[in-house]
Amino acid sequence: MSLSTLDAVAPRRLPTFSPGARQVVILVALAAIWEAYARYLGNSLLLPSFTETAEALWSVTRNGELPGRMVASLSVLLTGYGIGIGIAVVITALAALNQWGESLLSLLTSMFNPLPAIALLPIALLWFGVGTSSLTFVTVHAVLWPLALACHAGFRAVPQTLRMAGRNMGLSGPSYVFALLVPAALPSILSGLRLGWAFAWRTLIAAEMVFGASARSGGLGWFIFTNRAQLETANVFAGLLAVILIGLVVETVIFSTLTRLTVRRWGQEG
Amino acid sequence: MPQGQQDARAPEVPAPLSVSRVTLRYQTEKGLVTAVEDVSFTIGRGERLALLGPSGCGKSSLLRAVGGFLKPASGAILLNGAPVKGPGPDRMVVFQEFDQLLPWRTVSGNVEFALRRARGLSAAAARSVARDWIGRVGLARFADAFPHTLSGGMKQRVAIARAFAVQPAILLMDEPFAALDALSRRRMQDELLALCEETGATTLFVTHAIDEAVHVGTRVLVLSAHPGRVAAEYPVSGEAARRGTAAFAALEAEIQSRIFGSEPLSSDAEADHVLEHA
Repeated sequence: MSLSTLDAVAPRRLPTFSPGARQVVILVALAAIWEAYARYLGNSLLLPSFTETAEALWSVTRNGELPGRMVASLSVLLTGYGIGIGIAVVITALAALNQWGESLLSLLTSMFNPLPAIALLPIALLWFGVGTSSLTFVTVHAVLWPLALACHAGFRAVPQTLRMAGRNMGLSGPSYVFALLVPAALPSILSGLRLGWAFAWRTLIAAEMVFGASARSGGLGWFIFTNRAQLETANVFAGLLAVILIGLVVETVIFSTLTRLTVRRWGQEG
Repeated sequence: MPQGQQDARAPEVPAPLSVSRVTLRYQTEKGLVTAVEDVSFTIGRGERLALLGPSGCGKSSLLRAVGGFLKPASGAILLNGAPVKGPGPDRMVVFQEFDQLLPWRTVSGNVEFALRRARGLSAAAARSVARDWIGRVGLARFADAFPHTLSGGMKQRVAIARAFAVQPAILLMDEPFAALDALSRRRMQDELLALCEETGATTLFVTHAIDEAVHVGTRVLVLSAHPGRVAAEYPVSGEAARRGTAAFAALEAEIQSRIFGSEPLSSDAEADHVLEHA
């Protein structure tokens, strides 16, 4: 068989892209479509072009306004996220060790999980006034229930044999929960943390729009809201991009890394 | 605690395990089911008791009761003379299922964790004891591998290493080789036997395979099913424990006929099959 025949049989190599490269290509295409349509529309009050938005993003970043707003939002978010995790840990640990705790958890989650955190904002305003405490309160609510639900489902899915092996080695009480159930349920816990993060982020931005806290220290939601009121539409788009970027970074950098270092390495996830 | 394991066999010392008139019941949707009724036996120091019976005879329930996972409805289970109150590392269990290892710890990490929890060893001491035991079950090259990268037989070896390393008062083996293919199973039986003889470990070995019971046990206790009761007991003398000897075949046939009456069965595989679906 000659070489030329072999060449003919071999499949033609098309240029291949890694999944990441494909996403970049799609992003560039979307930006181009946006740019083209905005120019065709010619109304930057309604739809600023991609370049106008990028310019606005650059200028609010350089003058320090956007980074300040990001820090304000993220600090409220991290506080709420942290408190939410803490409460979820206590409740699910109780539920894992005690039947009353379990009933309490299922009752509370079935009551509060369907309740949108934003719906609690009036109560929060009443109790904590206009300020970061109210924002923190609704953020905690947004994180707590989905996370508690995911942890609990994860604990319950821990195989009976693994549970018995743990107790056989002398684990009981808190050591049983933290040295056995938590790592065994980590895939569920991580997805709960992801879900809780997404809920908290959306809730926070929405809550900031409803009332901006004091204008000076308002976060990204307030930034978007005030710029709309001032018809600075390019800044509104810049704010939205910032919201998306932060979500993207947390998802791809933090959660993906956590997953790779833990459950994927341990063969607990696909 | 395990320090007495190598003691002289003084007659006044209570047997490592004494099960007397134990009845196990559990609640199902159809009501209270008696799994095991009025079962008594003792296991002497260094002895390996094979608990043999068809599925449904409650042999695993009995092992779990000794492990402290199940409370007897009546009767007493004494470990070195003291009543069993709950699970503990003085009765290390090797389960049938492969998911008994902690997936987030390496092979060595699994053994080290047990040593630190159960024997309170320092990290360094646990590490060296763990490495030693992992070497003894032939997994030295896999000490830093995570369990999900191992075969079923290798996982069972880790579980066995973990159980031996802790030096329990008694080893509880719940059909540890039942989920393995026939070849690995024979090899693992021989390896386990070698470890037991080397350490003089006292063992309760649950199985539904007659040849396994005769090969591994120094004594075979046959249970009948629904509910589980002691049907017969056979000591396994030196010659009979060795596969392929006439004494081995004779004992196997005798136990078989004790379980099935006069029904003749030709091969091990068939016997296993019938037992599993009895």
